[in-house]
Amino acid sequence: MFKITRKRELAPRITEMRVHAPRVAASAQPGQFVIVRVDEEGERIPLTICDYDRAEGWVTIVTQSVGISSSKINALEEGDAFLDFAGPLGRPSDLLDLTDEELKATKVLFVAGGVGTAPVYPQAKWLCEHGVRPDVIIGARTKDLFTYVEEMQQVADVYLATDDGSAGFHGLVTALITDLIENRGHRYDRCVVIGPMIMMKFASQTTRKYELPTVVSLNALMVDGTGMCGACRVSVGGETRFTCVDGPEFDAHQVDFDEAMRRQNMYRNNPKTDPATHRCECGVH
Amino acid sequence: MAKKMTPRTPVREQDPLERATNFKEVCLGYNAEEARLEAERCLNCKVPRCQSQCPVHVDIPGFISALAAGDTAAAADVISRDSSLPSVCGRVCPQESQCEGACVLGVKFEPVAIGKLERYVGDWAIAHAEERRVECAPRNGRRVAVVGSGPAGLACASDLARLGYEVKIFEALHKVGGVLVYGIPEFRLPKEDIVAREVDNVRRLGVEIETDVVIGRTMTIDDLLDREGFDAVFVGSGAGLPRFMGIEGENLNGVFSANEFLTRANLMHAYHPESDTPIFAGRKAVIVGGGNVAMDAVRTARRLGAEAVIVYRRSEAELPARVEEVHHAKEEGIIFRMLTNPVRVLGDENGWVTGLECVEMELGAPDESGRRSPVVKEGSNFRIDCDVVIMALGTSPNPLIKSTTAGLETNRRGCIVADEDGRTSRRGVFAGGDAVTGAATVILAMGAGRKAARAIHDYLTTDGAE
Repeated sequence: MFKITRKRELAPRITEMRVHAPRVAASAQPGQFVIVRVDEEGERIPLTICDYDRAEGWVTIVTQSVGISSSKINALEEGDAFLDFAGPLGRPSDLLDLTDEELKATKVLFVAGGVGTAPVYPQAKWLCEHGVRPDVIIGARTKDLFTYVEEMQQVADVYLATDDGSAGFHGLVTALITDLIENRGHRYDRCVVIGPMIMMKFASQTTRKYELPTVVSLNALMVDGTGMCGACRVSVGGETRFTCVDGPEFDAHQVDFDEAMRRQNMYRNNPKTDPATHRCECGVH
Repeated sequence: MAKKMTPRTPVREQDPLERATNFKEVCLGYNAEEARLEAERCLNCKVPRCQSQCPVHVDIPGFISALAAGDTAAAADVISRDSSLPSVCGRVCPQESQCEGACVLGVKFEPVAIGKLERYVGDWAIAHAEERRVECAPRNGRRVAVVGSGPAGLACASDLARLGYEVKIFEALHKVGGVLVYGIPEFRLPKEDIVAREVDNVRRLGVEIETDVVIGRTMTIDDLLDREGFDAVFVGSGAGLPRFMGIEGENLNGVFSANEFLTRANLMHAYHPESDTPIFAGRKAVIVGGGNVAMDAVRTARRLGAEAVIVYRRSEAELPARVEEVHHAKEEGIIFRMLTNPVRVLGDENGWVTGLECVEMELGAPDESGRRSPVVKEGSNFRIDCDVVIMALGTSPNPLIKSTTAGLETNRRGCIVADEDGRTSRRGVFAGGDAVTGAATVILAMGAGRKAARAIHDYLTTDGAE
């Protein structure tokens, strides 16, 4: 059992949990994910690692309640435990392959949206620890939905964007990317986009215009998360890849986002997973 | 001689139409009387061909004569000398091409139902596990890590524990059993009554099992040897990544690998209303392939209410699946379309499967496997309407251990290279089962695990003894 040692609400329906998982913490790297299971009937759910402490043996995850399983996760309280917490899975971020020299010569822009903000944090933190401070764009519909802003400001130069103009730049993250590059003279060598699939698609289209090498972290449907099932397959540059073992990060300009979005909704109208049709007595929904 | 001509004792099975709507076990097995009756048919040959055809050389005449004499405990002791999973192997071994295929009685009559007898003995041993004495050598202070809790890992761990080693199994998934829990369906191999009990027996030997540890990610093989203090490692990590055909439309919604479909059903119990894991079998499901995994997938789809079809590019004679599975599938109303090969998955504007475009095939000259290779009949394209397509085309090895273990030699297909006794190119690292051979059978994996256990024992009592 993997005990939740700290829980806090970051925004409505978005919860951060610190989980005691010493083996995962010992090997975790930025960019990797875990598979969790709440109870015997629970799905295996992939969640990106948002922070970790090897010495104290904990890993942080951030979950947004959207369906049955994410709601079950967020209903757990401090002191409760996950039945299963396996990882770290997937390949670490490509940034980790760079030498210190290369890192110094590389200006990185992160573009984060919604629940994708927290997974950007370990990467930005890792860069900061290696002496380079990245730029991070965080986008939200409105200012109440921002998460991880203060943490991020410790390790990066943060630019906020809201759809309704309630904080920071008034507009979408794509417009803010353009603004930073065209109007404010920012130059970037790499971009990492993590957020809702639709946001990753359009942010990637924007960076392509600037020929800015970009990776996205895909949150595909998975079952085992170790390469066995192929549920997470995605077309990258016309080839089928498995998100769990080949990813989760891929070259954004090669990813077939339309297919990826369609596959993500495969079980949307399934009575088991669709909150609109799900009726149960678990007190969560 | 009259006794010898007794026909094979029929085994009771669930009615085909009824079982096609549930996940309960198809075959109900022998009772004591039936088992004794069948055991009496054995001729007790001087040169037992059955035994030499068994991959682990179970003393078949030995256990059958004990059964015929009414001593099931003795029969269980005989089997346990060579097999650690008789309840499993009695259910899933391809007996018709191994022991029973070699039975002398089969030449003119029907072979002894060795598999059903083994199952009977195995189930008896499970039911009487508490009162049966487990003999283990005293602990010798040496520690061995086993990667994977499938048939290879369980067999290796059991033997090492009996020899006095402290053994710990690391399992990547949340449940113990490997392919026995995620791959083979409940209706062929009950998970609680059989697999979990066999695992209990392994635990009873003192073997420790830790789930949720993905070797190659959570820890590496080197971590096990250097940091965790194990003296040797056995890798029984199983097959791997599902293969796809590489045809158009394969990533449409409604196309699954058999691994995914079966894992949802077996490991995650998705067919159960209480399970949160969804599964979609559609109104009509086409399963591509002709092996045991294809049969498991098609029969699972049928049980989930779909009209279920097998599409296979060769003819029925070449089907690699066990004869019994094909027979059971047919009884359950599975449609077989032989000499048919998909060329394209068809979809609608929302990206969901609407059909499978196929071509007809004919058999040409034999290929290197000795089977006549299928050739496309030009212009024979036709369409099968369906909303689910399941690819059961085998697997390619999982790269996780290979890519994180320096000096571990793999072959051109990506399988770990190991000698007959499981020794790999790395000192102290042994391997066996599908990770070495590619997809094979439970009994071969179990046999490889047992050979490796002996090799590990040799290693730790000679050159690796320090």
